[in-house]
Amino acid sequence: MVQLPDSRNRATQFRTTNVVPFNGHPNSAMTPTPGSANNSAIQLDRVSRHYTLGTSSIRAVDDVSLTIRPGEFVALLGSSGSGKSTLLNLMAGLDRPTSGAIHADGRNLAELSSLELARYRRNTVGMVFQSFNLLPRMTLAENVELPLRLAEVDHAEREARVAEALARVKLDKRTAHRPSELSGGEQQRTAIARALVNRPKILFADEPTGNLDSATGESILNLLSEIQSSLGMTIVMVTHERPLAEKFASRLVMMGDGKLLSDGANNGAVR
Amino acid sequence: MKLRDMTELAVRNLREALFRNSLTTLGVAVGVASLVAMLSLGVGLQQLASSRLTKSGLFDSVFVTPKLNVRGGPPSMATQQGDTRLLDEDARQEIAKLPNVIEVFPQVRFFSEVRFNDKPFATMVAGMPQSAKGNGAFDGMKGNFFTGESADEAILQVEFAKELSKDTASLVGKTLSIRYAERQALDDNSGGFSIVPKEKQLQIIGVVETEPAAGFGGYGNGRLLIPLSTALSLRATQVNDLRDAVRGGPAKPTFASLTVRAKSPSNVDAIEEAVKKMGFGAFSLLDASKSLRIFFSVFDLLLGIFGSLALAVATLGIVNTLVMAILERRREIGVLKALGAADHDVKRLFFVEAGVMGLLGGFGGVFFGWLIGRALTLATNIYLKRQDLPSVEISSVPWWLVLGAISFAVLVSLIAGLYPASRAAKLNPVEALRYE
Repeated sequence: MVQLPDSRNRATQFRTTNVVPFNGHPNSAMTPTPGSANNSAIQLDRVSRHYTLGTSSIRAVDDVSLTIRPGEFVALLGSSGSGKSTLLNLMAGLDRPTSGAIHADGRNLAELSSLELARYRRNTVGMVFQSFNLLPRMTLAENVELPLRLAEVDHAEREARVAEALARVKLDKRTAHRPSELSGGEQQRTAIARALVNRPKILFADEPTGNLDSATGESILNLLSEIQSSLGMTIVMVTHERPLAEKFASRLVMMGDGKLLSDGANNGAVR
Repeated sequence: MKLRDMTELAVRNLREALFRNSLTTLGVAVGVASLVAMLSLGVGLQQLASSRLTKSGLFDSVFVTPKLNVRGGPPSMATQQGDTRLLDEDARQEIAKLPNVIEVFPQVRFFSEVRFNDKPFATMVAGMPQSAKGNGAFDGMKGNFFTGESADEAILQVEFAKELSKDTASLVGKTLSIRYAERQALDDNSGGFSIVPKEKQLQIIGVVETEPAAGFGGYGNGRLLIPLSTALSLRATQVNDLRDAVRGGPAKPTFASLTVRAKSPSNVDAIEEAVKKMGFGAFSLLDASKSLRIFFSVFDLLLGIFGSLALAVATLGIVNTLVMAILERRREIGVLKALGAADHDVKRLFFVEAGVMGLLGGFGGVFFGWLIGRALTLATNIYLKRQDLPSVEISSVPWWLVLGAISFAVLVSLIAGLYPASRAAKLNPVEALRYE
């Protein structure tokens, strides 16, 4: 198992793998050869995201380069404010970088129009949030159907795909229930079904276990791991729960102060 | 997103904040109702005025008089036009041959003293052709129309009937006598005549509430109507008789005026022109009708503006409701965007919500507006009944008003939704998702 560093001594204790210098830049993890975008699910090239707050500038993500290969289960770790969620939002097409390029699905997200970004979010990626973000007035089935509505999938096909997605998360018996009638774990499973229903290539999960007890959290990660291995899906998960990340993720990326501190394979993950 | 899905989501969203959205929709309905009520009054009053005037038979008629001014006019006019044509039987027949003319009949109106129950009443007697029965003026009359062209019968206009008796219906079947001045030609062929007082008994066979012989050209309203042939046979002295006597010449009877009835009001202009070319004076009330239409158009416009004020206030309600909805549903907008909703999807969703409120408000408003119109008509008719006057229809909601009001409500609602919709569309998904 990969031994992760603590905040005081991370540089010496963290054992990195697959880290190849890129143009001499210390944060470059993968070799971005001209055709590398084709071999990656997502590739970040010197990505920064700065915010201006009054007169001061906050570097939420600072010059990060990272390549995630198809089928990887990547855990983005770091303390609060380290920039991991901002990085996830950038990769998910919810936000735009201040500088740098994000290559996904053969395109640079930084150069896409807002309509193209919406299409990317709709067709290429799925999102799971810490607070589930299910629409309370809709039933489970209706919540899961929402991305299909946005993608203008035919009515006839929707029912089958919703049933399939809910069956995958073992909630096919609760389709008519509303989120308020479910436990936290069930709500998160519904959110996963909603993220999967459009058959995305990459699943982004922002603290998916943050609002759950440890046992439920583990079951959710079990589910994600199962999906990743059965569908061969790329999963990028932000978490601050290191033990869970070590148990399930195939790769651990550590962030601090907006920078990539370390990036390494996790050979001890449950397969 | 497809329109069907969009509408489903919009209706679901509206149902979620049912009370607030119902109040907003009610606001739109009240605005539309005020607009519809105002315009229905305008339309109703216009129709009332038009139908009254149409029923009087004035709009499909051309009134022909001899050219009075030619003889007294400048010499140039007299030489150009030659002698004034006499409005006699030959002229009547010539006019009757014009295209689209149904009939030509003389205006017979004369002053008379009516005696009823030994009391004298002064009024104007008018001769009515038998064809007047069909022009609608006698619809709803008490009693019957003349049994024949030469019957010794009279129909009273209700205002005159009230002078004779408070219970106007009881007059039907009773007899009255008229005293009039009969013109008797002198034997010397001078064109002069003597005036002899005469009296005639007539049976009252009906009381009419409209004014089928409304006055024009200074002849006064005919309040006692008798069959035209009967009126002609009386040879009562008329206003043109003195002029004929002064003119001298053969004592050929002439008419003070002729009424030409056209097939429809659209033929009136052509007939009027043709009659003028024949050398007679011609006049129709179509010009007055055009002025009336202009007046009512302006009247409707003003009523519409006043009615729209309430709708303008309701528009602010829609803006407020949707802006509140954006605040409340910020997170939901973030979720929609995270799931792939484009800016235009979010914008359209809010547009559809505004449109649905406008549509429902439009339907409700048309119904309420119609109801207000009915209530005003009812109240007016109660008042008129107390005054012993016939009931009227003062409001009317034609189909164009229904469609127009609903479309206007939707349009105004969509305009009201412009700002909230674009504000919702511009929300940053990351910030929206962070919103608690």
